[in-house]
Parts: sequence; structure tokens; C-alpha cells
Amino acid sequence: MRKRLWLCICMLGLSLGLLSGCTGNNHRITVVGSTALQLLADQAGNNYRLANPGVSIVVQGGGSGTGLSQVQAGAVQIGTSDIFAENQAGINAKKLIDHQVAVVGIVPIVNKDAKVKNLSTRQLRAIFTGKLTNWKQVGGANEPITIVNRSKGSGTRATFEATILAGQASAKAQEQDSNGAVKKIVSSTPGTISYLSFPYASDPNIQKLAVDHVQPTDQNVSTNKWRLWSYEHMYTKGRSTKEVRAFIRYMLSAKVQKQLVPKLGYISVKTMQVVKDSQNRVQRIKVR
Amino acid sequence: MSKKDTENLKDVVNQAIDSQQVVHVKLKDIGQKDIDIDKLTRPSKETHQEYWGRGLSYLAIGVIILLVGSIIGFVGIHGLATFFHDHVNLWQFLSSTDWDPTSGPNHVGALVMIVTSFLVTLLSALVATPFAVAVALFMTEYASKKAARFLQSIIELLVGIPSVVYGFLGLTLVVPVIRAIFGGTGFGILAGTLVLFVMVLPTITSLTVDALNAVPKHFRQASAALGATHWQTIARVVLKVATPRILTAVIFGMARAFGEALAVQMVIGNAVLMPYNLVTPSSTLTSQLTTQIGNTVMGTLANNALWSLALLLLVMSLFFNILVRMIGKKGAK
Repeated sequence: MRKRLWLCICMLGLSLGLLSGCTGNNHRITVVGSTALQLLADQAGNNYRLANPGVSIVVQGGGSGTGLSQVQAGAVQIGTSDIFAENQAGINAKKLIDHQVAVVGIVPIVNKDAKVKNLSTRQLRAIFTGKLTNWKQVGGANEPITIVNRSKGSGTRATFEATILAGQASAKAQEQDSNGAVKKIVSSTPGTISYLSFPYASDPNIQKLAVDHVQPTDQNVSTNKWRLWSYEHMYTKGRSTKEVRAFIRYMLSAKVQKQLVPKLGYISVKTMQVVKDSQNRVQRIKVR
Repeated sequence: MSKKDTENLKDVVNQAIDSQQVVHVKLKDIGQKDIDIDKLTRPSKETHQEYWGRGLSYLAIGVIILLVGSIIGFVGIHGLATFFHDHVNLWQFLSSTDWDPTSGPNHVGALVMIVTSFLVTLLSALVATPFAVAVALFMTEYASKKAARFLQSIIELLVGIPSVVYGFLGLTLVVPVIRAIFGGTGFGILAGTLVLFVMVLPTITSLTVDALNAVPKHFRQASAALGATHWQTIARVVLKVATPRILTAVIFGMARAFGEALAVQMVIGNAVLMPYNLVTPSSTLTSQLTTQIGNTVMGTLANNALWSLALLLLVMSLFFNILVRMIGKKGAK
């Protein structure tokens, strides 16, 4: 009886110990936020851990808002986001340091039944604000248009609307909270239109759209001919530790930028010939 | 223990030895010197166990009360901040269909979510109850013990399937079928109802089985003695007596349906649009919460508005609990 009691108490203590986090001499970097960047951060984190056994890197999703608020609160070392901290309500961007580790393109997609391969920006705007409701109005099949949006506040949606809608309010429509769900719905539901980030869009069952006859390629993104793209940010707060700085240097190193980033469908920040600021203003980088 | 008490105790023990009547078992060798007063007056091992046991259970209760209290407090503080800090009108929150909290306090209306949540809950309970009662009747009245046990384990299996699996099945099976029959995208209240139907069925069934088993055997015997058939007994006696507990079962099922997030979110479509029929996409309280909470920052209006939805869910589950209590009391009379 007494023995069992002690066992219980020991287990309780042990689980509390686990909950409070394993402390040890190995450094732990927690990366939380954007699900769009999660894929890259996960892979890079794994590779980094193999090369540096003293550091453990934990990557979690949760959304850009979570990433920004967690890093602002000092709960995690790195908060990831698809959108600029300046554009997120409740975040004081001055306290955070922005590290742009990759670029991701966004492409409008439709179900193959719509029989559309290209739309102008104006047509896209009319569709997503609810002014055009049938595919035959833009030269496609006679089929009603169904919009599938990402959740309000998703980085992909914010970028898409900032570039396409030009300040107009979007029509109320279905919302899905992940790229995967959007892809599944658009591939199986006739008449649907949505948008995906490049890493998710390589699927033969959906139709990627050209916009104003520009093809969604990495090359076109790097020159801003394809205007639907955003940075993937890693935010840190104040002066971060030696280990965190080393990891971010690793993310920006040629090894990650030249191999891992293109392999996973992202675009390296080093290849970009333009820069974009939080107000969506684009400038050419002067050739050095 | 004072010295005087110890002396008294020694006297008592001596007296007891002296006054022992049965001489031949008199323990002559035991004298005052052998009495370990300290051991006799010290708390025994069992007393320690008592303290430990009681202490542990009080500790556990304390932790749980603290936990529940802090959850309610946390949800309450953040949920009410929408009204006190951001000055959203409560009536507007409950009656407006304009939900876009990132645009300011005039766009915080949760009516769409409230209506949809109630619709899927009521409809799924409505569809599930007849099935559940029929299955429970079969298990308690018709099936052999072996078959009943088998069915019981199947139902328990249904309970154990994670909700994401139900959601995925709904997304790949139910939604395309609805799309093929009714057109549109297939997402909506009907899909949500069908998925929830499967999810609440085991809850309602197993509680209904308990309800039917609780009907005393002599009721059935009396009914049979009066010449009633098996079915007459079931319809007029068993079901009638079990009604309050069956209702309780239905409400437990509804509480589960109301709070279910993931499976519903996958098939409801998540459009904040008033559902004007059962196959247009809509949004429930839980689906808004799960899809939006990761994109908002603590302390902003958009975040507080989501906490208000959570508070509403909490209040509703409290309401379901009270309802169960009330029906239970009525049934006991």
C-alpha cells in the first residue's frame, strides 16, 4: 500500500518534471507559427540538429498570429509568419527583428471542369468580390463559380487579397484553414476557385491559372512579373542567444538556400531581384 | 502527552492485568516494564495511511477545482472583454450576422454560428435518437446476452474512433454524395448532421441501454401477466418508464454534438453565411474557433471575439448539464 502510494507520488513528480521541460546542457530552440514555413523549418531544423548535436530545434505550427504573439511574449525564441509583423493587429513590430528566410509564390487554382487557364487581375478581382458568378462570363464552361477562401488572417489570403482585390471587400465564402484542405476541395468540386502556395500546387488534378498571361514560375516571381508572392519571416525579439543567431545564419546559408529551399518548392531570397515592404511596395534591387 | 497522562495509562494497564479473571491464561510475565507507552500512544501505521489517503484525495480535488475555476475564469475574462473593453453591444453580438471582428467592434455578430450550431445539434440528435432507441431495445429486449455483448463492444469501438477520422470520412464520402445529389459544393449543415449522427449515436445508444436496463424486471413480468405481448410491454411500459433517462441520454448526445469541433469543421464549409438551406456552407461556433484562433493575437478584438464564442459554448454546456439535472429530478418523482 505504502509502496504504491510512493509510486504514485513519484509518477506525479516525474510527469510534472516532464511538463516543465527537460532542462539540460543542450540548447533548445523553439520555432512556432506559420504552417506555410513549417515544412522548410522542420527539414532545416532536422539537418541542423544532425550537424550540431548540442542544439535541439522544435518546430510547431499554430498559425502566423500565434507565431508573432508567442515571440512577442518571449515564450519562444523564433516566431514564424507569412505576413509582416507590421500588418498583424496587436503586434508591436518595433520590438521584433525580421529575418526573411524564403519567398513563397501563390497561385490561383480552379477545378479542371471550369475550362479556364488564364484570368486577368480584373477578372480575378471580380470573381473574388462576388461580381462574376459563372465561368462562362470569363470564357469558361457554363458552371457557377464557387469561391473557397483561406481563413481570414491566413498569410496566403492576406497576400492574395492585397495584390488582387485592391482594397475591395471579398465576397463571403467558404473558408478552409489549410492548403491541403483547399487542394482537396478544389480538385473534387466542380466550379471551385481558390489559391495555393507553390509548394502545395504541384498536383495534376487541379488547374493552375496564369494571371494576365504570366505563368506562375519561380523565375517570374524573382522579377515580380508574377506579383503574388510573400516572404516567409522568422521573427526574433531583442538580442537573441548565440544559438538562435547561428540557426538563422544557417537558414540563410547557401546550403539551405540553394538546395533545401528550391527542393521544397520555396524560392530563395538570394535569387530575388526585387524587395517588397510591409505596404506591398516593390522596388528593384540595384545590381551590385 | 504529559507525564501525568502517561502515569494514568500505566495505572489503567496494571489494573487491567490485575483484574483479569481467567487465571490460567494470566500473562504473568507481562509487567509494567514491558509496556511500551510510547508505541501505544503514537499514531499507528493505519493512522498514517488514513492521513495520506485523505490528503491525496483532498489534494486531487483541490487541483481539479483550481483547474476548473481557472478555465472558467480565463474564458470568462477574455470572453467578456469583448463587451466591457471593446464595447461590443451584447445584443448585436447575439443578433447580427456580420462577423468580421478584424474590421472593428461593429462587425462582431455571432448569429450565423449560433443558428448553425443549434441546427446541426438538433438535427443530428433528431436523426440519431430513433436509431439509438431501436438498437438499445434490440440489445436489452431481443438479443441474447452474447449478441448484446458483441453489439456493446462495437458501440464502444465507435466511441473510440477519433473525431478527425469521422471528419475525413465525411469529407471523402458524405460530401461528394451530397454534391452529386443536391449540387453545390456538398459542404453544409446536412453533411455536418450526417457526420455528427454517427458520432452521437454510440453516446445516446449506450446511455439508453442503461436506461432500459434500469427498468425493474417486475414491471415487465406484471405486464406479461396481464396478457400484454412483448411489443405492448415495450411500447407501453418499458419505454414509458425509461423516458426521463432516455431524454437525458439524448441531451448528453446533443452536448457532444454541440461541442464537436474538428469533424464538423471539415465538412461544414466554414463560410460565415446564414444557412438558408441544408446544403449551403455555413459555420459553427467551434469551427470558427478552430480555424481562426491561430491567426489572431492575444488581447486584440479579433481574439477576444473568439473567446466570446468560447464563453458561449461554455454557457451552453452548462445549460445542457442543468437540463439533464432537471429531467433527472423530474424522473425521480
